Amino acid sequence: MNLLDTLLRCVATLVVFLVLPLVIGQTEHKVMAHMQGRLGPMYAGGFHGWAQLVADGVKFAQKEDVVPAGADRRVFRIAPAVALLPYLLVLLVIPVGPDGFVGQAVDAGIFFVLAVMGIGVLGSLMAGWASANKFSLLGGLRTAAQLMSYELPMLLAAASVAMAAGTVSLPGIVDAFHWWWIPWQAIGAFVFFTAGLAELQRPPFDMPIADSEIIFGAYTEYTGLRFALFLLSEYAGIVVVAGLTTVLFLGGWHGPFSDSLGWLWTLLKTFALAFVVIWLRVTYPRLREDQLMRFAWTVLIPLALAQLALTGIVKVAIS
Amino acid sequence: MEGQLAAAGPAAGSGYFDAYAAVGLLAVVGVLFVAVSFTANRLLRPVVYSPEKLLAYECGVDPVGEGWAQTHIRYYVYAFLYVIFAVDAIYLFPWATVFAAAGYGAATLVEMFVFIGFLAVGLLYAWRKGVLEWT
Repeated sequence: MNLLDTLLRCVATLVVFLVLPLVIGQTEHKVMAHMQGRLGPMYAGGFHGWAQLVADGVKFAQKEDVVPAGADRRVFRIAPAVALLPYLLVLLVIPVGPDGFVGQAVDAGIFFVLAVMGIGVLGSLMAGWASANKFSLLGGLRTAAQLMSYELPMLLAAASVAMAAGTVSLPGIVDAFHWWWIPWQAIGAFVFFTAGLAELQRPPFDMPIADSEIIFGAYTEYTGLRFALFLLSEYAGIVVVAGLTTVLFLGGWHGPFSDSLGWLWTLLKTFALAFVVIWLRVTYPRLREDQLMRFAWTVLIPLALAQLALTGIVKVAIS
Repeated sequence: MEGQLAAAGPAAGSGYFDAYAAVGLLAVVGVLFVAVSFTANRLLRPVVYSPEKLLAYECGVDPVGEGWAQTHIRYYVYAFLYVIFAVDAIYLFPWATVFAAAGYGAATLVEMFVFIGFLAVGLLYAWRKGVLEWT
């Protein structure tokens, strides 16, 4: 019976994992289009092109799968799965509402999340290395360098929240949340969200996969479904980063009527942040590779360290 | 036995390994999802090979030399710096849960500041030495 319960939670997580990225992808199509004075998809499904990404998925599933002659076939084939699955596992432990509305609470929540998200970089590195393509190799190395550099400020900002809450469990952190955490942890929130954006290689941090620079970086040689899985992992990553920022810095399910509508608050905050991710893509120009690395090491990490100091001093002062 | 494995309430997080059993189950579900979609793809897709299609893509011209080109990896210093700080983070998280508890307080905080201070000085040194610069 309990096994069944756990299995249901896993399947529910899988469904969320497949639906929310599509919703965000469709939102991106429409929001970007309207910000640029276009209409975006209008035909698929009838009403404002709502089924565009479903149609894209059907198309991808029927596409020929081309593995380059020089490629390391086995590594090339499993790389998309390695890039995708960490986000699925992370989604399981993100709390949605109070009283156990979560796939599965894990004691070392933050630690688990950050550790598992770190695996994703292997997918890009495998794809870049196995493709036997110069653009892929360069792109894969750039991706690895970028993800490592931005992992650090992310870790430090998350540690600041763990210090504030006195626990590393994600539901525990949301339980401990008070409204004045928002100004207190504002620097950490900025660092975490920015670093998360860079982890996803979203514009303005898309140097490793920018089409006008390096074709599509590590994913240059991919076609069909495997290409689609890389795209899916990018959008699932938006869900995860927006959800984690919500849980750690914006109070998760806290809000008016949070006893009954807590899950709605988490969803609303997550979607608001996802909207910001799309907005930033339309707004900012791309950082050059050296600017990108310098930004991580000379801006975000000092800021994160400053936030750690601030959190520690305030926490000791009030306790 | 199987039922007991998953017996912990999801919110309580009781039973250290029970929570991770759910994670393992989800990993299996995820691998199944990927396997099913790859199999469906195999059944649905056309296979029309031609030698040109299998060439590495280099903007439309024939590829020059090997795909595994020798490049100067400018980023390896970042990897070293990353390892240093990542190890630091392992100490940071357990410390974060207790430092404000009774009996710890300011002295514990200062100790961690000293620890992080060493690392920050290391980062500053790397910066001054120019390894964070591109050229």
